[in-house]
Amino acid sequence: MAIEHADVLRAAHLARVGLSEDEATGYVDDLSRILKMVDQLQAVDTQDITPLAHPLDATQRLRPDEVTEHSQRERFQACAPAVTDGLYLVPRVVE
Amino acid sequence: MHDKTLTELAAGLQAGEFSSRELCQAALERIEHLDGELNSFITVIAEQALANADAADRARDAGNAGPLAGLPLALKDIFCTQGVRTSCGSKMLDDFASPYDATVVEKLRQAGAVNIGKTNMDEFAMGSSNENSFYGPVKNPWDLSAVPGGSSGGSAAAVAAGLVPAALGTDTGGSIRQPAAFCGITGLKPTYGRVSRYGMVAYASSLDQGGPLARTAADCALLLETIAGHDVRDSTSVARVVPDYTAELETSLSGLKIGLPKEYFGDGLDPEVETAVREAIKVYESLGAKVCEVSLPHTHLAIPAYYVIAPAEASSNLSRYDGVRFGHRCDDPTDLEDLYKRTRAEGFGEEVKRRILIGTHTLSEGFFDAYYLKAQQVRRLIRQDFLDAFDEVDVLMGPTAPTPAFDLGAQKDPVSMYLQDIYTIAVNLAGIPGISVPAGFAGNRPVGLQVLAPHFAEAQLLGVAHQFQQATDWHLKRPAFGKEMA
Repeated sequence: MAIEHADVLRAAHLARVGLSEDEATGYVDDLSRILKMVDQLQAVDTQDITPLAHPLDATQRLRPDEVTEHSQRERFQACAPAVTDGLYLVPRVVE
Repeated sequence: MHDKTLTELAAGLQAGEFSSRELCQAALERIEHLDGELNSFITVIAEQALANADAADRARDAGNAGPLAGLPLALKDIFCTQGVRTSCGSKMLDDFASPYDATVVEKLRQAGAVNIGKTNMDEFAMGSSNENSFYGPVKNPWDLSAVPGGSSGGSAAAVAAGLVPAALGTDTGGSIRQPAAFCGITGLKPTYGRVSRYGMVAYASSLDQGGPLARTAADCALLLETIAGHDVRDSTSVARVVPDYTAELETSLSGLKIGLPKEYFGDGLDPEVETAVREAIKVYESLGAKVCEVSLPHTHLAIPAYYVIAPAEASSNLSRYDGVRFGHRCDDPTDLEDLYKRTRAEGFGEEVKRRILIGTHTLSEGFFDAYYLKAQQVRRLIRQDFLDAFDEVDVLMGPTAPTPAFDLGAQKDPVSMYLQDIYTIAVNLAGIPGISVPAGFAGNRPVGLQVLAPHFAEAQLLGVAHQFQQATDWHLKRPAFGKEMA
């Protein structure tokens, strides 16, 4: 399946990666060749094959719903780009 | 001291031939003199390392030293280290000092090991050459015009150049084994789930696995028995007893059944690499092993499946880098969307963006079934190939990489670069363990022999590698680079 300029811009928007028109153009050829290589998968009959999401076929373990950690807000906010009064600062969303 | 293995250095410390401070000081001096050219380290923590070396010396004097007490190690810059930069080779995390330690870092510290610093790597572990780092490419100590392999190239180059006796790396599609092969050292990718991924920056969560790079299989055994084990903080880590890998190294090879996958000896394999690998297999035959040909019929689908699954998982994992809680943030964002988009555009490099775009595209509406679901179905076929082969043989052997280390800048096409991992990538999809051991040279560049075993058979794998190293001297060869320094 070929990928077009609009597909690259759509993926970039979904991934929230800013790309200029020129940058998107630069990725079209690369991504097309990768997808062409990936298209070899389509030749395989996988009907009735269960997808393998975990290499050991393990399922997610559950643990007791108990508090195991104390609040470490200050510690984890120490590496944030901008905080004030214990809150992460981001641009205003609603004016 | 820089020529010695981890095991030899441990014995030297125990015998009082030198102190941990002297050992760590020597490592730091080599790094200071040699790493300017090699670029294998992103961060060196000299003061902290010497303080920890002194603590190890005191613990030894008091008779309560851990199994790795006072031994200098380096960590791929993907492992979180409290208070120390963890950049993952990216501008995105250039100023990120982790608020906590990864589980493996805790385990190494408890065993007394001294962390010297954090090694260079392909950004977010995406690469096969270590040319994708924000901090510049690493060079191969055997030939400074060659790549060291990726993405754990900094760890491999640092060990090969004798800057540290061992290091940790991670392997998502071959990123421990391929750089180990390119740099002439030993690298082990354990079974998926054998080593905790807590605090290991995630690239592709169902494939990533941490493991050791060292001079010998015996050193890898020593490190694996320290870092392996169940971790309640990583729900994908496996609750199984950790064997005494060191004690099991001396297993006889007599009667060992070795399978040679015919798909690993086909088109694209460098003739000198093939010669070296076949000579290595003859050594095994001389030691009593039986060799036969086997088939892994879906091998050609491993790279296509990987380049759907890994980017898909990466696009999800890397969504956390949004400039809000940690890492890079763009200047003066106009609104939240501008903050996200410009932060990620500025913080990520070209290869990371490429994989995020592919992953997002293949997971998006209308493409999920054709790509992601299909790849996961093919993944089961690939794993079944290995399970079927291990019904016939004990281990599989073949080349680690199709060529020796290539020149810096030689691989410009991403798809050609991806093909470098043709013999390693299926192992991650199946989750089995694999090891690369030095097995000769192609020109002046090392060649690796890859050995694969069933899930959780690391003890057998390490024993098989160790017996080869008892019978050969490829692991004793050292590059000329840095030889002038004592």
